Amino acid sequence: MEKRVVFSKLGLPILLVAPQIVITLVFFIWPASQALYQSLLLEDAFGLRSQFVWLDNFIALFSDPHYLDSFARTVVFSAATAGLSLGVALFLAAMADRVLKGATAYRTLIVWPYAVAPAVAGVLWFFMFNPSIGVLAYLLKWLGYDWNHYLDGTDAMMLVILAASWKQVSYNFLFFLAGLQAIPRSLVEAAAIDGARPFKRFWTIIFPLLSPTAFFLLVVNIVYAFFDTFGIVHATTSGGPAQSTTILVYKVFSDGFIGLDLGGSAAQSVVLMAVVITLTVFQFRYIERKVAY
Amino acid sequence: MKPKILLTAIGATMAIAHAGPALAATEVQWWHAMGGKLGEKVVEIAEGFNASQSDYKVTPVYKGNYTETMTAAIAAFRAKQPPHIVQVFEVGTASMMAAKGAIYPVYQMMADAGEAFDPGAYLASVTGYYTDTDGNMLSMPFNSSTPVLYYNKTAFEKAGISEAPKTWPEVEAAAMKAQAAGYPCGFTTGWQSWVQIENFSAWHNLSVGTMANGFAGTDTEFTFNSADHVKHIGQLAEWQKSKVFDYGGRRSESAPKFYGQECVMYMNSSAAYAGVKANAKDFEFGVTALPHWADVGSAPQNTIIGGATLWVLQGHDAEDYKAAAKFFSYLSSAEVQADWHQFTGYLPITTAAYELTASQGFYEKNPGTDVAIQQMTGKAPTENSKGLRFGNFVQIRDIINEELEAIWAGTKSAQEGLDDAVARGNALLRKFEAATGG
Repeated sequence: MEKRVVFSKLGLPILLVAPQIVITLVFFIWPASQALYQSLLLEDAFGLRSQFVWLDNFIALFSDPHYLDSFARTVVFSAATAGLSLGVALFLAAMADRVLKGATAYRTLIVWPYAVAPAVAGVLWFFMFNPSIGVLAYLLKWLGYDWNHYLDGTDAMMLVILAASWKQVSYNFLFFLAGLQAIPRSLVEAAAIDGARPFKRFWTIIFPLLSPTAFFLLVVNIVYAFFDTFGIVHATTSGGPAQSTTILVYKVFSDGFIGLDLGGSAAQSVVLMAVVITLTVFQFRYIERKVAY
Repeated sequence: MKPKILLTAIGATMAIAHAGPALAATEVQWWHAMGGKLGEKVVEIAEGFNASQSDYKVTPVYKGNYTETMTAAIAAFRAKQPPHIVQVFEVGTASMMAAKGAIYPVYQMMADAGEAFDPGAYLASVTGYYTDTDGNMLSMPFNSSTPVLYYNKTAFEKAGISEAPKTWPEVEAAAMKAQAAGYPCGFTTGWQSWVQIENFSAWHNLSVGTMANGFAGTDTEFTFNSADHVKHIGQLAEWQKSKVFDYGGRRSESAPKFYGQECVMYMNSSAAYAGVKANAKDFEFGVTALPHWADVGSAPQNTIIGGATLWVLQGHDAEDYKAAAKFFSYLSSAEVQADWHQFTGYLPITTAAYELTASQGFYEKNPGTDVAIQQMTGKAPTENSKGLRFGNFVQIRDIINEELEAIWAGTKSAQEGLDDAVARGNALLRKFEAATGG
């Protein structure tokens, strides 16, 4: 029979979970409910006049074809950002796992970009790719590609994806490396003795054992791409040219904090919240099944 | 997002607490958006005022760029800790005007404080943007500029162009000559909505919106998809293909194209003068009026301003406002204004400051610095060239930017792009009308 440890009184367990509950209430539930309430209001910037307009803000959003377009863009952006940063990080981690000499220095260098603020990262990439003065734009021109993210939406999208995933590579790298180092050597060696080549070993042994880490990172990266990237977009393209890099979270930011349209911005953040909750539930429900813990 | 508001609130609280009983002088908080050299000049002006008397003290606080400053001030107002004076850019004007309980109109504050104030001393083309329908000045002009055309004199000589272009066909001819002489691009522009739509309209006496460009009420609708507008924007799109015109970004990101001699002409604010002067290292440059189409409207009319004004927010004691009023008098004195104008390239806001600058021989020593003033004051402003007053205009400018970019890239025709911009802009105008109660 299963042995259960039970608290004899109610006081202690409540005390123990209280800090977590308070933090969740104050930093998540309260602001989220505020956003929900705000999304039903039409208010001027100064908050002098406020009307309850039911779902008008949402109706306006969904009848705007540009808003619907930005859903598709957000999917492309998030998938590419998460895919690129996970892929590169996994590759680097797999390489770093085999490095013997100078491993610490190598690791430190890869982790560095994580300390860079998103807006700064954006400006950095912005300068490197600036069509008039950027080093990389110059290089591309020399290779025969006329880079111009001011006019070409695809170029602009690539620029924000690069800038957004570059930062995230460091974070993913750390987790992948830790995950790799937790895999027992004996398993890999046994496979090697059985004649499995490095790629085969990676694909059939290492990767499945790494799947809990990979799954966790997938969730974190998707959330990052959806929520945390407005600074990068703001610093590089401001959503342009012609909306080609206006992803959902950037529109929330620019309508709310530049346009001062609080109701419309709150409605968008509610939609965004719903999207991310759905995505996360979906990930846990379907993808997690394939994860071997 | 939230933390920002919180920080602002904390900042404001600390500033207020700090200004408490320790100081004998009445302190006035002045939130501004002037970074770099301009920011140092702002501090210098405040220090000049503080040194000129001992009863009042103005404390300038840099709050980031225009939008950040405005957002911070609004957040502080909502948290009941507003600054006394805040610098707001011209596109925020309609939002500020509609906030009747939040702002303290400047003409009223000057009267309440018993400070001598003559609205007639200010340049009408500057104050026109910020006066209500009864002719009362609601905010204090501070830094105003207007777009002009900068051109590369050295390149013009090499290409055999003898005169600065006055009309758009002349711009095209000059651009093609320069391209034949090996320069990759003819001209570029900064702030495309401000220069190529808003000022293009005023310069040709065309309306941007109904109801006198929004001055007569909030039930206004955009009209910048008229045949003349479509012709102009369509021509620019055509030129984009041959690089007679080359787009280089929404704000002033296109400046390096001119500095690096990629483009030989550059349209941007008169306040870009200092930047152009500092960066035009390998060539001589000249300044001239914005080009016009001889066959459109009654061009050239006059251009309109950009830049910012100082707004006073409600929520402080009468004594504080007396201090603010004294400061505004100091700020608009001819000496302070002339110095600011000469240093920054912004327009002098009073006739006295203009005359003082002229008598000091500044315009002769720095040819081109008076182009902006002549362009603005050449003719008496009409309904179409007094300025713009549209709600939600910050967002609407972004819409215009987006649609123009689609036109430059060739994914939309000029007609489609401008029609879409007008339709999307009108939707935001209706929203503003509803939010502010008409």
